[in-house]
Amino acid sequence: MQKAHKVVMMKPVDSVAVALTDIPAGTRVRVVCGESVFEVEVLEPIDFGHKFAVRPIAAGESILKYGEVIGRATSDIRPGQHVHIHNLEGVRGRGDQLAKS
Amino acid sequence: MQNHDGQFWGYRRPDGRVGVRNHVLILPTITCAAQAAHQITQLVSGTVSFIHQHGCAQVGVDFEQTFRTYAGMGANPNVYGVVVLGLGCETHQARSVAEEIAKSGKPVEVVSIQDHGGTLMAIAQGARIAAAMVADASRLMREPVPVSELIVGTECGGSDACSGISANPAVGWVSDAVVDAGGTSILAETTELIGAEHLLAARAADDRVAKRVYEVIQAMESRAFMMGVDIRTGNPSPGNIRGGLSSLEEKSLGAAAKAGSRPLQELVDYAQRPSKKGLVWMDTPGQDIEQLTGMVAGGAQVVLFTSGRGTPTGSPIAPVIKIATNSHMYSRMGDNMDFNAGTVIEGTETIEEVGGRLYGELLAVCSGKLTRSEILKQHDFGIWRIGPTF
Repeated sequence: MQKAHKVVMMKPVDSVAVALTDIPAGTRVRVVCGESVFEVEVLEPIDFGHKFAVRPIAAGESILKYGEVIGRATSDIRPGQHVHIHNLEGVRGRGDQLAKS
Repeated sequence: MQNHDGQFWGYRRPDGRVGVRNHVLILPTITCAAQAAHQITQLVSGTVSFIHQHGCAQVGVDFEQTFRTYAGMGANPNVYGVVVLGLGCETHQARSVAEEIAKSGKPVEVVSIQDHGGTLMAIAQGARIAAAMVADASRLMREPVPVSELIVGTECGGSDACSGISANPAVGWVSDAVVDAGGTSILAETTELIGAEHLLAARAADDRVAKRVYEVIQAMESRAFMMGVDIRTGNPSPGNIRGGLSSLEEKSLGAAAKAGSRPLQELVDYAQRPSKKGLVWMDTPGQDIEQLTGMVAGGAQVVLFTSGRGTPTGSPIAPVIKIATNSHMYSRMGDNMDFNAGTVIEGTETIEEVGGRLYGELLAVCSGKLTRSEILKQHDFGIWRIGPTF
């Protein structure tokens, strides 16, 4: 039997879930939040505390956790992909963008 | 668990406020006096002090904020009495700070290195005064006190992705319990509320408080704009990012969980004492030590501090209860951590169960149980400077 990997999804509207154990690539996980249930194949290793997408996220789209915006996707993200600083950018406190414009 | 009836054992001060510790503070108002102050603590048991680099060539609002921080540290009810140690020629005059602290009715004496004929004479004089204060302080007895006398600071430092799931919501549960008992809970670290401000503004007691929420957030964010950089280059920190936090907003939404669910009554300046009971927001940076110092100078007798990465942080005068967000770090950083909320992650305890356990720990610590940072003499102090040194 496959080892159960713990994950948590904070709000049903969220686009990501958090791994509560290290999850190897190729693992199928069941993510439950309220009424919402997602069957996700994890495409990359997800370390403890890190996030993966539970639904497709288009580049430029807001990424939700806790039911709130935690940033914007910088590329298209498929369900099961690791979501972190390589494909998520914060939109607040961006003095760099102000300096460029 | 003990004292779950909402009381703890504290020291009643002349102004009616209640301390959870009974320190004699050697307070250097200028960096030039900090080493001598430290020497006095080596000579006299029962005294504490701190090292810092401030107190001279400061002007305007920056001068006032530093002054307020010194005076607030001395006036904190965890302090029985104060020896204010100055050099003599500095902008932050020891005598002015002492006069402000003396309004609390506690014993305050001034020693000046220039007036007392140099470092060794000043140390001798300061130690002599401190020894007499410690003898007097030791005669005080703790008495039962309601939780309504408490100002509890809340803080997160070295956050990870578990912070917003386990320890911060548990602190939020305790914050609600303290507020419901008539006490005060301080939410701070304005930087780490960027992205969560609308949730707090919606809980503001009136429109003025809601407006202030957006003002302090805007002021903090505009400082990042002025630097011309992505705030993510400094916050979240590299450790936060390794722990799974991807943006400041994500960190903020987890940090805001410390504020529980009660209405936001007031927004106070850095190191300013709250005038209201209930949930209060203090405008501080996210930097751990500057935030901690601001809350303690604002009158917090005890601090609930969550960490995912682990941290030694402590205050010279206030117990800091350090709460691990995950069990792995709790077992690895046993020297520094007081409490484990990682059971929420493992699913063996609920937020309510951990919150109830933490409330019991809070009252035990307020009644005298020592925290790790006190035992290890982690006497951190740092002022949020808001102007240049001249």
